[in-house]
Amino acid sequence: MGTLAEEIFSYKLGRPVHAGETVVVDVDHVMSHDTTTPLAIKAFAKLTGQKTGKVFDSKRSHIVFDHIIPAATIAAATLHREVRNFAKEQDISILQEGICHQVMPEKGFVVPGSVIVGADSHSCTYGAFGAFGTGMGSTDIGVAYATGRSWFRVPETINVNITGTLPAGVYAKDVSLEIVRHLGVDGANYRAIEYTGEVIENFSMSERMTFSNMAIEMGGKAGLIAADETTRAWLQGRTDQEYPLLRAVNPHYERVIEIDVTNLKPLVACPPDVNIVHPAEEVTNVKIDEVFLGTCTNGRLDDLEIAAGILAGRTISPDIRMVVIPASREIYLEAMRLGYLEIFSRAGASVGTPGCGPCIGRHFGVLAPGERAMTTMNRNFTGRMGDPTAEIYLGSPATVAATALTGYITDPRAILLEESRA
Amino acid sequence: MGRIWKLGDNINTDLIIPGRYNVTTDHAQLAKYCLYEAYPEFSQQVKPGDIVLGGHNFGCGSSREHAPTSILANKVKVVIARSFARIFYRNAVNIGLPVLVCEEAVLNSEDGQELDVNLETGEIRNLTTGQTFQAEPLDPFVARIVAAGGIINYIEMEGTLR
Ligand code: SF4
Repeated sequence: MGTLAEEIFSYKLGRPVHAGETVVVDVDHVMSHDTTTPLAIKAFAKLTGQKTGKVFDSKRSHIVFDHIIPAATIAAATLHREVRNFAKEQDISILQEGICHQVMPEKGFVVPGSVIVGADSHSCTYGAFGAFGTGMGSTDIGVAYATGRSWFRVPETINVNITGTLPAGVYAKDVSLEIVRHLGVDGANYRAIEYTGEVIENFSMSERMTFSNMAIEMGGKAGLIAADETTRAWLQGRTDQEYPLLRAVNPHYERVIEIDVTNLKPLVACPPDVNIVHPAEEVTNVKIDEVFLGTCTNGRLDDLEIAAGILAGRTISPDIRMVVIPASREIYLEAMRLGYLEIFSRAGASVGTPGCGPCIGRHFGVLAPGERAMTTMNRNFTGRMGDPTAEIYLGSPATVAATALTGYITDPRAILLEESRA
Repeated sequence: MGRIWKLGDNINTDLIIPGRYNVTTDHAQLAKYCLYEAYPEFSQQVKPGDIVLGGHNFGCGSSREHAPTSILANKVKVVIARSFARIFYRNAVNIGLPVLVCEEAVLNSEDGQELDVNLETGEIRNLTTGQTFQAEPLDPFVARIVAAGGIINYIEMEGTLR
């Protein structure tokens, strides 16, 4: 009996556990990526006595190359080689087909009721599947690779209940930003967020992932959504593992936040913190140099579809550069088949290989001093995309696409409205 | 005894070690780029034994362990904050960078003053003003990891993670 977080840990341990308890759990999967694996290897080697040690299970250990892929510098290529050697020794296959948080679910590694630790803060994305996914540092992940275990303080839970009907031009990302505005950048520190309500129930897996992904922007340890038939349908054909559809049973939530989306407007998070949120229509005088559509927050097929719908038959402002990066190869291929990539390319965008791209400012679209980017990213921290004086704005794929057309932050409803009149 | 470097709220991991500089595991490199752009004087002048004071939500953002590692690599004695972001706190404990939560010490101490910190008892003394403060006690499980000097040592001592 308890919150979804308590239910998952109780299921894993075979006994009832409650918020506040510290437990050691056998994890289902462990993940690290090209940037965080090198330090994890160091911790792993220390613990297992240098090179002789083996990971707890090579089929449940995953290394994803996504942060700087293909390598953009000699330093990155050298780190990649180091990690490749480790993976070979350990019989781990390196996944190179997209962003870790997209590829892990696509491969069927994320099933409801499981516990997954990743050396990346957005590992909370797996919460969209009713899995307890959480981000940790490399040493924790090195320990998990060696032992198959990790320790957790079972978190208290904040329930975010979302009701109403989403207006046209307003998307899952806008609702996510609205939640950050409510809770603040540390409002969920050390806590799980459990998303409930009709809006969540009607959302696709992709939209749910946008929500869970952004739990960490409020400090959340996990961003959980109870698995249901939508989850089951998505996982069909990706895994034959049995899993329970757990949900909260008489939960005691630390806090409940009610959000009615019926009157919500397209929102933009302004630099340098994710909770500085304003309606897009109030920041339309901001001139933008680069727009970026992609990331583990909004690089999925429906995101590309929304943007392609706005950009079809149009060209982007000559004053702007646009980067589009599908979150995974699966999405890339599907977007190619559906003609979205052609729409982007004809509109004037650079379409990149699946991965994180400019999200961490290392390649493929870094910003010059003083430049501004309007992106579908989850973070707008100073310096993240390039020069420390460059600024990052966050919004939905529609807001990003509309901005690409005008060169200024643009409320997508302005474009969508124009369309419906035409 | 160490000089205070007082920083603000929400000091995120991109400020502590920008993504462009953490393509390495080399401690000297990480030490050099610690707060490199956000607080250039820090990276040039920090001395072993100095103390970092943070506001709320210290270390928020990414899971990069390079962030606490870069602070530890500068031989900072302890980071004291009003609150820490979860992953940063856990990483710091794991790698043996002392972290204490003490609202009062942060509110009543200024950049450039001197602090004396007893890591075992959590007693903090501002040598410039003479005031003393008491840090919040650690979670018992965390305290065991800290006492061992980090999670690797802890597991080696215990034989396993339990
Ligand atoms: S897309 Fe950005 S936020 Fe997502 S995993 Fe990559 S770097 Fe992190």
